[in-house]
Amino acid sequence: MKLALKIWRQDGPTDDGGMVRYDIDGVSEDSSFLEMLDLLNEQLIHSGEEPVAFDSDCREGICGACGVVINGEAHGPERTTTCQLHMRSFNDGDEIVIEPWRADAFPVIKDLCVDRSSFDRIIQAGGYVSVNTGSAPDANAVPVPKEHADRAFMAAECIGCGACVAACPNAAAMLFTGAKVTHLGELPQGQPERSARVLNMLDQHDAEGFGGCTNLGECTRACPKGIPLNVISQLNADYRRAGYGGSFDD
Amino acid sequence: MTDTVTRSNDTELVDGIYLEGDPISDSHAPGGDIAEMWTNRKFEGALVNPANRRKLSIIIVGTGLAGASAGATLGEAGYHVKSFCYQDSPRRAHSIAAQGGINAAKNYKGDGDSIHRLFYDTVKGGDYRSRETNVYRLAEVSVDIIDQCVAQGVPFARDYGGLLDNRSFGGVQVSRTFYARGQTGQQLLIGAYQALERQIAAGTVEMYSRHEMLELVVVDGKARGIIARDLVTGKIETHMADAVVLASGGYGNVFFLSTNAMGSNVTANWRAHRKGAYFANPCYTQIHPTCIPQSGDHQSKLTLMSESLRNDGRIWVPKKAEDCDKDPRELAEEDRDYYLERIYPSFGNLVPRDIASRQAKNMCDEGRGVGPAVDGVRRGVYLDFAAAIERMGEDAVRSKYGNLFDMYERITGENPYQVPMRIYPAVHYTMGGLWVDYDLQSTIPGLFVTGEANFSDHGANRLGASALMQGLADGYFVLPNTIRDYLAAGPFEAVAEDAPEVVAAQEAVQSRVDQFLSIDGTRSVDSYHKALGKIMWEKCGMERSDEGLREAIEEIRALRTDFWSNVKVLGTAEGLNQSLEKAGRVADFLELGELMCVDALHRRESCGGHFRAESQTEDGEALRHDDEFAYVAAWEWGGDDGAPVLHKEDLVYDFIELKQRSYK
Repeated sequence: MKLALKIWRQDGPTDDGGMVRYDIDGVSEDSSFLEMLDLLNEQLIHSGEEPVAFDSDCREGICGACGVVINGEAHGPERTTTCQLHMRSFNDGDEIVIEPWRADAFPVIKDLCVDRSSFDRIIQAGGYVSVNTGSAPDANAVPVPKEHADRAFMAAECIGCGACVAACPNAAAMLFTGAKVTHLGELPQGQPERSARVLNMLDQHDAEGFGGCTNLGECTRACPKGIPLNVISQLNADYRRAGYGGSFDD
Repeated sequence: MTDTVTRSNDTELVDGIYLEGDPISDSHAPGGDIAEMWTNRKFEGALVNPANRRKLSIIIVGTGLAGASAGATLGEAGYHVKSFCYQDSPRRAHSIAAQGGINAAKNYKGDGDSIHRLFYDTVKGGDYRSRETNVYRLAEVSVDIIDQCVAQGVPFARDYGGLLDNRSFGGVQVSRTFYARGQTGQQLLIGAYQALERQIAAGTVEMYSRHEMLELVVVDGKARGIIARDLVTGKIETHMADAVVLASGGYGNVFFLSTNAMGSNVTANWRAHRKGAYFANPCYTQIHPTCIPQSGDHQSKLTLMSESLRNDGRIWVPKKAEDCDKDPRELAEEDRDYYLERIYPSFGNLVPRDIASRQAKNMCDEGRGVGPAVDGVRRGVYLDFAAAIERMGEDAVRSKYGNLFDMYERITGENPYQVPMRIYPAVHYTMGGLWVDYDLQSTIPGLFVTGEANFSDHGANRLGASALMQGLADGYFVLPNTIRDYLAAGPFEAVAEDAPEVVAAQEAVQSRVDQFLSIDGTRSVDSYHKALGKIMWEKCGMERSDEGLREAIEEIRALRTDFWSNVKVLGTAEGLNQSLEKAGRVADFLELGELMCVDALHRRESCGGHFRAESQTEDGEALRHDDEFAYVAAWEWGGDDGAPVLHKEDLVYDFIELKQRSYK
């Protein structure tokens, strides 16, 4: 395949950056999108130009490290991670525009790499169960109804890639935050800290500069793991109850 | 352990390639009955009172299951922890990609499981090349791991009664594997990551993401710190502590193509090895038979599919090489060779991983492989579900394997419900690593090594669902108890950042970085990595021979020389420079690769994931030699121009009888 790539190049966080066009030939339709970028980088190195920086690690769709905006869509035209997007999804001769995640809370480090440590700080604000090692009761001591366990699992599938933020016109991270609130809120272990968790995580979410949710649903459409929009409803419901001093015991 | 090697000038090289040093006489395991050892060790170990803990500092490199769990636990205990990972967040460590499950001797199913049975299965699964005492402890604490993870909110599969579900895994006869769909590694890692983030919020753990350890600082014979590069700013930083823990994972990426994450590397371990830590059993690599085959030279990694596919799929290749490019659906039954069913009639398609892998390679080497040719050879065999679809119906197959079929289709573009899947073996896990004693301490005092980065628990092979168990056992339960005994000897005298050892380590890192950038050759780092990978795969992969390994050693030496004179690394030392990062990792792989070949060459037996062509039965099966090789091979760095030095730790089996495997 022959392609025209327009890629965001930015030397560092304070550099202005801009789009640069590269023509590339000999792309196998069996290669992944990132392998196509590997090929481009090999060509750039040979011509003495610095390769394009981008994040990736497991390349199996699970670590959440990769992610770029492709032709205006987070992770590109299919609902998957960038590493699992394959070039057969494109046509010979296509022009492809590649940009980093776009959000104030994800500052660009270089080229297509952004800093997503704001997600870690949201987790630090309460996205855990406070249990010290070695003090846990027997795992079967507290049964969890299967539908709760399954819903917790569904929410826990979030890989923290940031596509939800990149896709949101308001750059909200409510799908990410809602997924964690729902995951732990569905389980008995998560109850004692449920109020504090949602209040603190949302405070941190706002402090990081993420926008508010406007229920457009772009986040869930872009989510490679299919986290549903209803985790945001759960987030809002928990927030309201916690804000009013409500209890989750019932 | 502080063994020193006695080297006399007239010592002759063994086999022309290595020296033999003193044996390792003591793994520091406590005596007595194996079921009491861990309890005794914990009691005998010195305590550190809570007020003193905050004065003690620990560096942990790596945030996978072993590193994040250790960081969280030591932070909770009150020590000052500095945690490092090269990824942008600790949540991305490669443990996240583990799929299958985690074993624990809970016996929730009442099917006769016990700590002793898990211990027995794991030693046998390691082909009697792991250390009994460590494996018993692993089985013992496995029970606590599940409790800990459930309490953290890890959403393991549950049945309709609300209790935890289990399944059987990897040929084991009891159901002891806990799982979270096909994402067990992800869920366990997120649990450990959240526990770590909790400690970061509490101020006990300082997190350094996008940092890579490039050197170990050893002062007065003790590990006292690391030199790390901030991958964003490029700054070379010095971090000192009272003890250093390496939890930096495995080195399967030495093969370039593997199921490992792109960034997984050996640098932290290798730098420590060069500073005196022994590297044990480097040649033990587990190769997984059911991966999606390589489709071309563009490929950067291989993707594993669950081994469960072999329960219903039939594996075959065409009988005649000229049929290999035909549509498999049009090939008549009599023209197909169901080679596993033919060679191993009693186990058929369910033979163990090493046998299934080796036979697939044999078929492709014979010219009967299928799929796209890479370097002139087709490397794939069919895994055919046509019979299963006919027997069970497509819906039943879909409900059992649907997610795997979808993943296959996404990667290959072929519909496996209509066309047989193609599979090929791939490098998956490395059982070798830095040598550690019972306390997980390396040969450098104060340097501890956990999880896949050490060598201790899996022997020559690894059963399914046991690597996650070891990572979390080490991090949550073992290390926090053993490192305490070491730290109790503190407080340690502070080391100034301008101490000669520190300055030398800083300078070594700086000059290495400068050297990479100044060579200005013509070949990219990746091209060297791919070349090394090819040598390793062909000659130190599924099957090794004396001749091939000797050739590999020569080829790797030549490649390394070329690398240091002809590699091209663009950009600067300041700021993010991914080519520079890769250059350092590949430089270390080029040294490790040679040691792997040396280790494989000296071990003239077949065991577990190590198949030595000269050591097989008349039927072509792996032949172990317990009388000669029932030892751990722990290698000491011999210097840039010297030969590696072999130290043997005899493996003594007091509680389990050694037996040969048979799958006929």
